[in-house]
Amino acid sequence: MINELIKQLFRFAFLLLLQVLVLNNIQFSGYINPYLYVLFILMMPFDTPVWIVLLSGFLMGISVDTFMNTAGMHAAATVAMAFVRSYVLKLFAPREGYEFGTEPTLRYMGPAWYLSYSVLLVSIHHFIFFYIEVFRFNEFFSTLLRVVLSIFFTMILVMLSQFLIYKPRDRK
Amino acid sequence: MLNLVRFIWKYSNFFLFLLLEIYCFYLLFQNSFYQRAHFISSSNVVAGNVFTTVNSTREYFNLKEANELLARENAILHTASRAAFNKIKSTEFKVNDTLLKQQFIYVNARVVNNSVNKRNNYLTLNIGRNRGIKPEMAVISSNGIVGITKAVSENFTSVLSVLNKDAKISAKIKKNNYFGSLSWEGGDYKLGTLTDIPTHVKILKGDTIVTNAFSAIFPENVMIGFIDGFEIKPGDNFYTISVRFSTNFKNVAHVFVVKNLMKEEQKKLEQETQNDK
Repeated sequence: MINELIKQLFRFAFLLLLQVLVLNNIQFSGYINPYLYVLFILMMPFDTPVWIVLLSGFLMGISVDTFMNTAGMHAAATVAMAFVRSYVLKLFAPREGYEFGTEPTLRYMGPAWYLSYSVLLVSIHHFIFFYIEVFRFNEFFSTLLRVVLSIFFTMILVMLSQFLIYKPRDRK
Repeated sequence: MLNLVRFIWKYSNFFLFLLLEIYCFYLLFQNSFYQRAHFISSSNVVAGNVFTTVNSTREYFNLKEANELLARENAILHTASRAAFNKIKSTEFKVNDTLLKQQFIYVNARVVNNSVNKRNNYLTLNIGRNRGIKPEMAVISSNGIVGITKAVSENFTSVLSVLNKDAKISAKIKKNNYFGSLSWEGGDYKLGTLTDIPTHVKILKGDTIVTNAFSAIFPENVMIGFIDGFEIKPGDNFYTISVRFSTNFKNVAHVFVVKNLMKEEQKKLEQETQNDK
């Protein structure tokens, strides 16, 4: 339990710093930005109570907001994503249910499951975030293009992380 | 009553979700509608110090350019200093210092965080209330305008960059003083948009755009950029002018915060006359 907590705290700090110090300085054609910090919510264990997921989403979002001067935008998007996560997990649950204490990872759940799970949640986060950021509809299509491109770049990083972080012994 | 409690308990996750979202939007609106020093911004102590540490490392790589810029600026200042002028000794020429009243004070600062790739960009400076900085002061670099201070803490300042949808700068064409409003439409960080210049005005590509003194924030005639191209949208009586910024927002490192000593006076007078009508 304590080990799990330390692991999550470490992951939280790592993803936060990676986001604000490295990824925010990356610029793909114009002003498209990958937001990899949502990986923290994506990777929480299956049996985490929903309220913990919501609160961690809020904390993660508000921390990113603090560094990026966006007061509440990232938090709003991440909380919404954390809330939808419980329904997505229910929707995609295998017939025998999830094994106790496991995390949603590519190796454990398989590429098809993982891809649909992460694309869905990342899309929800990015849609909400970019439209809150712009907050007007006369830039609807240029924003939509940014959303789609950003989802694409974030997903590349999410998939890469699955190959980088996990050692083969995680495979069951 | 018990049923209500049971109901809330049953959907506790949903209510927690709702509560957090309401709080987020409260923060969001408070931040965009009031110019208030805010805890959740990069002027807070933790974020400010992290950015300072990272930036001091990064600055090593830019030392050469920074030196060149400083040397050039020194040269300009030397040219303007009293030692560079001959004193005119004549009884008809009397300089009385009381004629010139100081209106602007410049405070130099270092940029510790900056972005150009968002729709709404901000900068963080390494000085704050300790050097007398307040919200709504102009920030300029030696090449041109940078932004307007927004939130101030003891040691740091958040600056609303010109590259932000909330930034509207009052600007004029230098050669004929026609004024308009400068904003940033997103996309390329090198190009801004100047509107409200009527179509009968003759403009050319390359004309200089500078600030005017209407806002009481920027000093007059601070460089903004040059006209890069212009068009008249069908049915419009005004040009839509694309302006190439003279400031390179991507590598701005040393800036000046400009305090306007007469701002209160100007604003108060304008307020009074508007209330009179």
